[in-house]
Amino acid sequence: MIYLDNAATTRTAPEVVEAMLPYFTESFGNPSTIYSLGSASKKAVNQARKTIADALGANMEEIYFTAGGSESDNWAIKATAEAYAGKGRHIITTKIEHHAVLHTCQYLEKHGFEVTYLDVDRDGLVDPEQLKAAIRPDTILITIMFANNEIGTIEPIAEIGAIAKERGILFHTDAVQAFGQVPINVDEMHIDMLSSSAHKLNGPKGIGFLYIRKGVKIRSLIHGGAQERNRRAGTENVTGIVGFGAAVERAVRTMEERANKEIELRDYLIHRLETEIDYCWLNGHRTKRLPNNVNFSFLFIEGESMLIMLDMKGICASSGSACTSGSLDPSHVLLAIGLKHEEAHGSLRLTLSEENTKEEIDFVVDNLKQIVERLRSMSPLYEDFVKKNKA
Amino acid sequence: MYSEKVMDHFQNPRNVGEIENASGVGTVGNAKCGDIMRMFLDIDDNGIIRDVKFKTFGCGAAVATSSMATELVKGKSIQEALQVTNKAVMEALDGLPPVKVHCSLLAEEAIHAALWDYAQKNGIEIEGLSKPKSDISEGEEEEDY
Repeated sequence: MIYLDNAATTRTAPEVVEAMLPYFTESFGNPSTIYSLGSASKKAVNQARKTIADALGANMEEIYFTAGGSESDNWAIKATAEAYAGKGRHIITTKIEHHAVLHTCQYLEKHGFEVTYLDVDRDGLVDPEQLKAAIRPDTILITIMFANNEIGTIEPIAEIGAIAKERGILFHTDAVQAFGQVPINVDEMHIDMLSSSAHKLNGPKGIGFLYIRKGVKIRSLIHGGAQERNRRAGTENVTGIVGFGAAVERAVRTMEERANKEIELRDYLIHRLETEIDYCWLNGHRTKRLPNNVNFSFLFIEGESMLIMLDMKGICASSGSACTSGSLDPSHVLLAIGLKHEEAHGSLRLTLSEENTKEEIDFVVDNLKQIVERLRSMSPLYEDFVKKNKA
Repeated sequence: MYSEKVMDHFQNPRNVGEIENASGVGTVGNAKCGDIMRMFLDIDDNGIIRDVKFKTFGCGAAVATSSMATELVKGKSIQEALQVTNKAVMEALDGLPPVKVHCSLLAEEAIHAALWDYAQKNGIEIEGLSKPKSDISEGEEEEDY
């Protein structure tokens, strides 16, 4: 199997699993208890919290564990909207956010908030000037993703953070795809809240965190016990948190080497596809891009068909076609960067890891060439195109 | 997610291609929703479908339903071909996931569109055949937030 869907999820690293195991068996105590069994769990949770805080240039009191990226996004947006509603009811986001942000914003629109959805350019970049122009006296929150999950484009986060800070507006970023892949410093980038999820960086599923800068007013989303400094109730997911800490420690330690390797493979893959397959192009920015993301549109063919044929060759990938989204509309991200529907239907996302090899990439390209050719041979769109060109 | 039959017809689609100077050609669907089917019919003087070919832009289910539809009408009379419903196509494929049911509707519609083209070309009326819709798309479900 060749796994090229690391933006969907990653393999939990063996050292991460190793770190988690004792907390299922020997050290199973509830961190809220008084006896030493519980204290061991509490200590492990706080150690992970410290590792994560250090990775962001934050204080450990500013890291709040959640069940994942979606909960963190929901919490950051809903609970600050509620807490700051007295100041204003306007939120700014973009058209290319993850659904955890977009659908939360749409929910708030039904509850008396106004949301501006910023356009992006052909590469998926937000224009800071457009952001400035969208700010109103009643704007209380700017939420813009760090890097896009589909096309890999990295947004000008430091610039956006500086604008937010200057105008005194809270800035939240969904960094689910970026954290552990590219350097992030919450102070230098003026980030007030940041969402992350462990399973995108070789950690376990079902654990995430929300960074909340000290001083930010935020209500609870999950009410109950006094865990997470009274802000997020529920017995800590100790094994998950320990795994997250181990994954972050690993990600920080290997980031540079990993990124260099992935970028080399990524650019090799992009080059081969661009030069060896007709009527296709790269989606997303060429350099302001996650090290492991490749996203292409192949004209005249449809994504799900490509995925099934790749799967038959043992290759795991993803697409922005409607058939993979569960609706009849293709990816909102690809439409937002200006693709036509049929161009978005023919998209393919390949997201690498440091475990991939050049041989694997060659195998993928060689097979993809045949798959694209085969699907085009049975495509009425391609037939029309060829006939039109002959005429 | 797909039945073995769907996978078989996707991997080894029957009757892919074009027919030069076909008796009738029908194209349905649109690129917007991600499925386009084109069906070519070769109909002899006795009104028997001698040959049928298709081309499809779409997902696995779209390819499989097109392929199965061609199998179900090949060698049949026009009236028999008209009886090939989306339900018949689905049953022959051992079912489709709910989100893919529209693909089978498209396959039925593609047969009708090709027959309609044949009727137009020959200035005849086929009993029980009305002008097909060129675009089949289900209304999207309203999401509740």
